[in-house]
Amino acid sequence: MANADVIVIQGSNMAEAHPVGFQWVMEAKRRGAKVFHVDPRFTRTSAVADAYLPIRAGTDIALLGAVVNYILSNELDFREYVLAYTNAATIVSDDFVDAEDADGLFSGFDPATASYVQDSWQYAGHERDSGSGHTARERETAAGLRHESHGAPISRQVQRDETLQHPRCVYQILKRHFARYTPEMVERVCGVPREKFLELARAWTENSGRERTGCLIYSVGWTQHTVGVQYIRTGAIIQLLLGNMGRPGGGVLALRGHASIQGSTDIPTLFNLLPGYLPMPHHARHPDFDAWVDSIRHPGQKGFWGGARAYAASLLKAYWGDAATPDNDFCYGHLPRLTGDHGTYQQVLNMIDGKVKGYFLLGQNPAVGSAHGRAQRLGMANLDWLVVRDLFMIESATFWQRGPEVATGEIVPERCATEVFFLPAASHVEKEGTFTQTQRLLQWREKAVDPPGDARSELWFFYHLGRRIRAKLAGSTLPRDRALLDLTWGYPTHGRHAEPDAEAVLREINGYDTASGRPLSAFTQARDDGTTAIGCWIYTGVYADGVNQAARRRPGHEQDWVAAEWGWAWPANRRLLYNRASADPQGRPWSERKRYVWWDADAGRWTGRDVPDFEVTKPPSYRPPEGATGPAALAGDDPFIMQADGKGWLYAPSGVLDGPLPTHYEPAESPVRNPLYGQQANPTRKMYDHPVNSTNPSPPQQHDQVFPYVFTVSRLTEHHTAGGMSRTVAPLAELQPEMFVEVSPELAALVGLTHLGWAHLISARAAIEARVLVTDRLVPLAVDGRVIHQVWLPYHFGFEGLVTGDSANDLFGITLDPNVLIQESKIGTCDVRPGRRPTGAALRELVQDYRTRAGIVPGVLPPAVTPGVPVEPPGSTGDGEGNP
Amino acid sequence: MADRPHRPAAPPQSSLSAADPATAAGWVDAPPRMGFFTDTSVCIGCKACEVACKEWNGVPTSGLDLLGMSYDNTGALTANSWRHVAFVEQPRPAGHGTASFAGNPTGDSASAASAARSAGTAKPTGTEPGVLAGEPQAAARTTEFLGMPAAGPPGRTGSAEGRSDFRWLMMSDVCKHCTRAGCLDVCPTGALFRTEFGTVVVQEDICNGCGYCVSACPYGVIDRRVDDGRVWKCTLCYDRIGAGLTPACAQACPTESIQYGPLDELRERAAERVATLRERGEPQARLYGHDPHDGVGGDGAFFLLLDEPEVYGLPPDPQVTTRDLPAMWRRAGLAALAMTAVAVGAFLGGRR
Repeated sequence: MANADVIVIQGSNMAEAHPVGFQWVMEAKRRGAKVFHVDPRFTRTSAVADAYLPIRAGTDIALLGAVVNYILSNELDFREYVLAYTNAATIVSDDFVDAEDADGLFSGFDPATASYVQDSWQYAGHERDSGSGHTARERETAAGLRHESHGAPISRQVQRDETLQHPRCVYQILKRHFARYTPEMVERVCGVPREKFLELARAWTENSGRERTGCLIYSVGWTQHTVGVQYIRTGAIIQLLLGNMGRPGGGVLALRGHASIQGSTDIPTLFNLLPGYLPMPHHARHPDFDAWVDSIRHPGQKGFWGGARAYAASLLKAYWGDAATPDNDFCYGHLPRLTGDHGTYQQVLNMIDGKVKGYFLLGQNPAVGSAHGRAQRLGMANLDWLVVRDLFMIESATFWQRGPEVATGEIVPERCATEVFFLPAASHVEKEGTFTQTQRLLQWREKAVDPPGDARSELWFFYHLGRRIRAKLAGSTLPRDRALLDLTWGYPTHGRHAEPDAEAVLREINGYDTASGRPLSAFTQARDDGTTAIGCWIYTGVYADGVNQAARRRPGHEQDWVAAEWGWAWPANRRLLYNRASADPQGRPWSERKRYVWWDADAGRWTGRDVPDFEVTKPPSYRPPEGATGPAALAGDDPFIMQADGKGWLYAPSGVLDGPLPTHYEPAESPVRNPLYGQQANPTRKMYDHPVNSTNPSPPQQHDQVFPYVFTVSRLTEHHTAGGMSRTVAPLAELQPEMFVEVSPELAALVGLTHLGWAHLISARAAIEARVLVTDRLVPLAVDGRVIHQVWLPYHFGFEGLVTGDSANDLFGITLDPNVLIQESKIGTCDVRPGRRPTGAALRELVQDYRTRAGIVPGVLPPAVTPGVPVEPPGSTGDGEGNP
Repeated sequence: MADRPHRPAAPPQSSLSAADPATAAGWVDAPPRMGFFTDTSVCIGCKACEVACKEWNGVPTSGLDLLGMSYDNTGALTANSWRHVAFVEQPRPAGHGTASFAGNPTGDSASAASAARSAGTAKPTGTEPGVLAGEPQAAARTTEFLGMPAAGPPGRTGSAEGRSDFRWLMMSDVCKHCTRAGCLDVCPTGALFRTEFGTVVVQEDICNGCGYCVSACPYGVIDRRVDDGRVWKCTLCYDRIGAGLTPACAQACPTESIQYGPLDELRERAAERVATLRERGEPQARLYGHDPHDGVGGDGAFFLLLDEPEVYGLPPDPQVTTRDLPAMWRRAGLAALAMTAVAVGAFLGGRR
């Protein structure tokens, strides 16, 4: 990041939410980089940026799409890079109909399931052999997420037009798709004045190319939307067109929410993934090991997923040790299976419906931190048991006694049947282990002090829970108990409390030779014959030579700027992914200034400042022989080695469920009619028609004016997420001691709010109150001839701790992105009124009054397809389950 | 321990004439004078300095009170806040390519900096007189102006086209560790002393809470704690720097806004930084407290500011409050002599 010549921060308040990482933005600025911040509100990030663009929340694709249009219509793309390293030249099927030509829907839309059949999106000549087909079930299991690192399947040979003139080549399709995304449209949709937009577009393009690079930074301000994945896609398209991927000072940086969120995706806490981005098997689609593995590696496909069989076998070997053999499919039968949507929001609704009996909460405070807090609390109040492990007595442990629903009479403590077990947890300084940060860097952390009292580490908890369950099951002959009894559970322990050895766990994650026990040093050593066991194949090498590589702490001044000997980055200690792209197709650095990894012809190998992200002896001139598969099928100038065609995808023929190209849809709740298409919101967004859930009406629905204002929520530097670790600590709590709402002077005058007075905000779900901060940092926006007012709230507050307040997340309903099932919790609509909210039963009456006025019927949600938008029946004859 | 700096039993000299304050205070072989350079142009207002200071020094809470002064809920440097990050919201250009809110349908400014009011807070802050707090009844558009001369009344400067320029200044304030320290001069117990690093530190086991130093500080830094009556302030982490460590606040600062080191080195670095900023279109960039010829002989903790000192709540021309003491003593002596002479003269005359 420090090497960037321009930094665009959008969908992130980096200075406040990631102050430590932000030092590198300041370093780049010190070296002369221009920093842009695009955000609904002027934040501490904007304060030190070179330019700030206020934007209407939820319209980022319109702005970014206009940058794409600016690049293409002025031919400012890095042509040599684009031709060689992206799929710009690839010809797309004749069957493809763009959203531009169908009022906001792409071809293949199936109105019955509100999802796409993707056959018509494929490359020309491959309409039926794509293997993608119907996407309704992929949405249920958030299968789009696995393409995050997999690359969706495509066929080997594609038609290309190197002149980029073919009307159906990706380049031309892209150009047509974004042609209406003009600076004028940005002004109409986003409320960003066109001069300000052009300032951004100019700086971005002028600081990209052979000699210069630009970096794009986002965080959950982009992801937590019903079209969030497509926000990021648009950013990736820009960075590919400008040649900013795989090069120093370039890239798209996803800032993770807190310490080791990256780690909990790599070794996931997600329902649909196993370690190393191996997908969780589906009960019907993956009946046996081979079916499961083939769905990952797609036999015959290019790229490094070709080795998936070895990664999968080694994982099962790590789980079930000696019991896992090639003859029994490595105990594949022991793995749990997906049967549909098991995401956190589906679970909460299932709790309310009495379908879930017990729940473990670790490092999570959904009563405050998750969307639709009331649904979260009502769900947890309907369990048999709930285990909460936390540092402090958080809201999710006391909701049955002190929550807002107790005040309204919806939860009666004496009758709430949920038995809550609160177990004190050790903090990060009271246990050892690794953090994996934003840049995939693993850093080992020593234990500084013993945890107090009964507080224990997560490792201790799960190890001993497993040990006790296994002891109870010992001698069982039931087949269902084999999965637990066969587990390798022999971790060495130490100390008074029999704390498991964290390094032993890291060693298993790294992987080892099952015969000798010797740690592996690279994932290329993984085997599918049971001779290797690997807990997470992408982490192989972190314990190479039996040394904890994550614990390396060689100071920066003792090594070069890449600092390869500080911690360890996955994969293979590589600091910059796809760095083959930092050299031109012939393997020479694009420029001296941006030299990073290059081909050394004399030595016959790739070399440079980083571990090359390429087979180290494959020359740039290499062309795969006919019929090659896996890594051998990648040419010497295919830098995107995890993709099925080795190219960066400007256009995604499969893998993204809501369109091959990003398209501006309004958020699920918006006061504005979509100015670009008849289709108002993402037609494939995931909705739950449960009585507890509801959506505020948006145009063209009636009564949208009942909730006229836009609200957005995010963090303050002073607090940590749901507040469990900051509202409980005096030196932090005193820095932001009360729940507040930031409003512009204009809105304050309009609604009658006074500085430091009270306001309450009402949505169809809840009404919350907050102190008012009137500030110039929020401005009204001129959108399509109207003035749109936005307000901002911190989401840190709850009813426990030294400082308390209403929870902003209570205002949200549940509507999800179709690709990854993340909730839209960065934008909603509401009403704002002066004074405090009512209490007790009157609070629900107030909300009900608004619901009545808005015409909201429990369990009835807005239609997926906006009435009036023509729907063409899909060209495929799929059965709706993804089978052709 | 012969090579360690030490102070002979000789009485310390007054700091009034000190070029090297540690030597002037009687230290022999004193190490280089250490201090802070706080570069506000890279401050991101994270307040890590405030938290690190409280954690390391065991400073008690200063109250859970929403002040409404932008994001500043600390309010001031007090006995219970030894670092204080000020937030200033200003309707002024920030060197941005385009004014932040140009083209937006805005009205007049209602800068939250103007929300500071003279009403005392209801909640205990642990210090006296406490921190100014906001009052709930304050109307958003009718904020009162406290009289910072350079900023102009916020909310009254908006043109007919509305507010377009905007910037948000942040600055981590701290005890200045003056070369000529008024607090040190007036302390009757010797609780305040000049360290070998040239810093000014209170010894809490000697302070008797007389409070002379409070009125002697030209910056309003040193302050009495309500529950024990003694004065407390930044020690420049005397315990840490003595062990070769960086003070807690500078250690915690993620953007190197707070820099710690030998004062000479910091002054050089600061001069370069000001030049760079001016070159890059920040004509307002200036240093504060760096000049050994100012009214306090220069500060051990000095600042790079992006506006007039008053905007940040700093006095524009601080003077050591004991500056006129010698002259006053001289005049008092002369007056006494003159009166004596008159009295003697009267007697002599009477005899005549």
